[in-house]
Amino acid sequence: MSSEGSGRRKFLRDSAALIGLAAGVVPAADAQQMSHAEAPPKDNKECKDNKDLIAYGERSRYVKSVRIPVMERMSPDDFGMTFHVLSPLQDSVGIITASSLHYVATHRGSYVPDINPEEHRLMIHGMVDRPLIFTVEELKRLPYVTRTHFLECSGNRAKATHKTVQQTHGMTSCSEWTGVPLSLLLKEAGVQSGASFIVAEGAETVKGATSIPLSKALDDCLVCYGQNGEAVRPQHGFPLRLIVPGYEGIHNVKYLRRIKLVEKHYMTYNDYGHLAADSRVAALNRQVGPKSIITFPSGEQKLPGPGFYEITGLAWSGSGAIRSVDISLDGGQNWTSAELRSPAYPMAHTRFGFHWTWDGKECVIMSRSTDELGTVQPSRAEIAKYWEKPNDADLQIRGLDNSIFPWRVASDGSVHNGLA
Amino acid sequence: MGSRKLLLLVIILGLSQMCRAQSPTYGVGRTPTPEEIHKWDISIGPDGKELPPGHGTATEGAAVFVRKGCFTCHGEKGSNGPAPTLIKSDGKTKSAYPCLTPCVNDLNLMSIHSPYATTMWDYINRAMPLTKEGTLKPNEVYALVAFLLYNNGVIKEGEVMDAQSLPEVKMPNRDHVGLAPEWKHGMPRLQGYP
Repeated sequence: MSSEGSGRRKFLRDSAALIGLAAGVVPAADAQQMSHAEAPPKDNKECKDNKDLIAYGERSRYVKSVRIPVMERMSPDDFGMTFHVLSPLQDSVGIITASSLHYVATHRGSYVPDINPEEHRLMIHGMVDRPLIFTVEELKRLPYVTRTHFLECSGNRAKATHKTVQQTHGMTSCSEWTGVPLSLLLKEAGVQSGASFIVAEGAETVKGATSIPLSKALDDCLVCYGQNGEAVRPQHGFPLRLIVPGYEGIHNVKYLRRIKLVEKHYMTYNDYGHLAADSRVAALNRQVGPKSIITFPSGEQKLPGPGFYEITGLAWSGSGAIRSVDISLDGGQNWTSAELRSPAYPMAHTRFGFHWTWDGKECVIMSRSTDELGTVQPSRAEIAKYWEKPNDADLQIRGLDNSIFPWRVASDGSVHNGLA
Repeated sequence: MGSRKLLLLVIILGLSQMCRAQSPTYGVGRTPTPEEIHKWDISIGPDGKELPPGHGTATEGAAVFVRKGCFTCHGEKGSNGPAPTLIKSDGKTKSAYPCLTPCVNDLNLMSIHSPYATTMWDYINRAMPLTKEGTLKPNEVYALVAFLLYNNGVIKEGEVMDAQSLPEVKMPNRDHVGLAPEWKHGMPRLQGYP
């Protein structure tokens, strides 16, 4: 230690000498100049907490962006349970949602379990040749992939009473997920013929379970232990979460402990709310359609005056990558292409931007996305026409609502929900 | 080489290929014991083949509903409480509590929404009562299911619910559920939907 330590000190000393030499060649006149750098203001306090500086970093105390509970059901509720909380999309930048700000939806308000990963197991059984049980460490030995995927709750539905984009669209977020492809685990167990669904189950108090088509399970689902460069957070399913890219949030089972291969849809715990008389509604309750939202300027923000602004927002689709995004500045009559400002990954938030010079007049701004299949995000009028219903305030959009959403920019620069 | 020998070779090659496709690649993880699988497997499918032995009636269920404290959240008779209503509305009484999300209204009650009564058994067994999940005995779950089915007019008062009778119950929505079309890679959300 001492020789190493003294070696390091010697290096620092020598370096300082070199810098001194370099300084020595600067013309003498410069030595009398004032410092070119601005002196710190007297009240400038340094972030003192070295613990944060070293162990686990915190954001600036000046950054106040936080999640909020959904308006329709406060958290904690009558039972002391946390229900759904919304991500502050108005403050979002890029395409990754910080894990601390990722929206949370819980199984009927169940508590977040405090799981010791050493005791957690994942069992695969049912219609397989070889039932298997894995520890988390064993899963981490297997080949893994890292992919960027959005999650969205089926309740992510804008209402006229909502004020901000956090309220209208805050139940979607996007993370970088790392884990083992479920197809690898299923092949390892040997899928038997006749199996057509999996039932995925969590380890929390209510053991939330969902039926998922085997074709999807074998296609692109991931058993994830990593989220945004660290372990999946307890709120999001620590230690294991099933990611079902492009499917409504409820399919993405947290605290994953068991996968059972079965011959048919099992109509289990999480499924009953999605059972519908009409198979078209069932399809709309499964895969998320192309969707987008302008996050700036958005509800309750205020433009200081006419001039240049960058309209920005997020677009995503459960059917693949986003191909393009259009912007309308006149309530949907005319559309112009926006630019994609991030990679367009399949089933991931994609950031768009649009140069805009506001003339100070009232206007209604909207975004509209198109995915790689060429499916275009629909207007409420198009959805009403499909169901042969009048396009009025009573229109009930079946399945996850992916309709085009309007923001009204008033002449004073204030921004309002265009549905209100 | 005779054609018979060639055929044999093809069969052997084919068989060995099949064996290779079916054998594990990594050999990580272990085989759970049948007891472990039995203990963990609480999924009850529509045909009820996983239902455990046991039985219960509506009368027994009414007692369990009180004894286990179900009434404190769901209301004295299974409705008009802060938790989701379990009994069909008479059309006159209005609940004093707002409908919880996902709001399933009186005509589309969560307890009898599924086309199979197995859903109710699976749900109660894994997730009720709140904070004491997983503590109910099979007889208690059968009895609670019978209690809810009877009070919703689905079964008669004396009917015994067990592993044989429960999957046979004709639920109001038995013929009113349409599942989503088979999912395939690259398919749109719903063909023809805007």
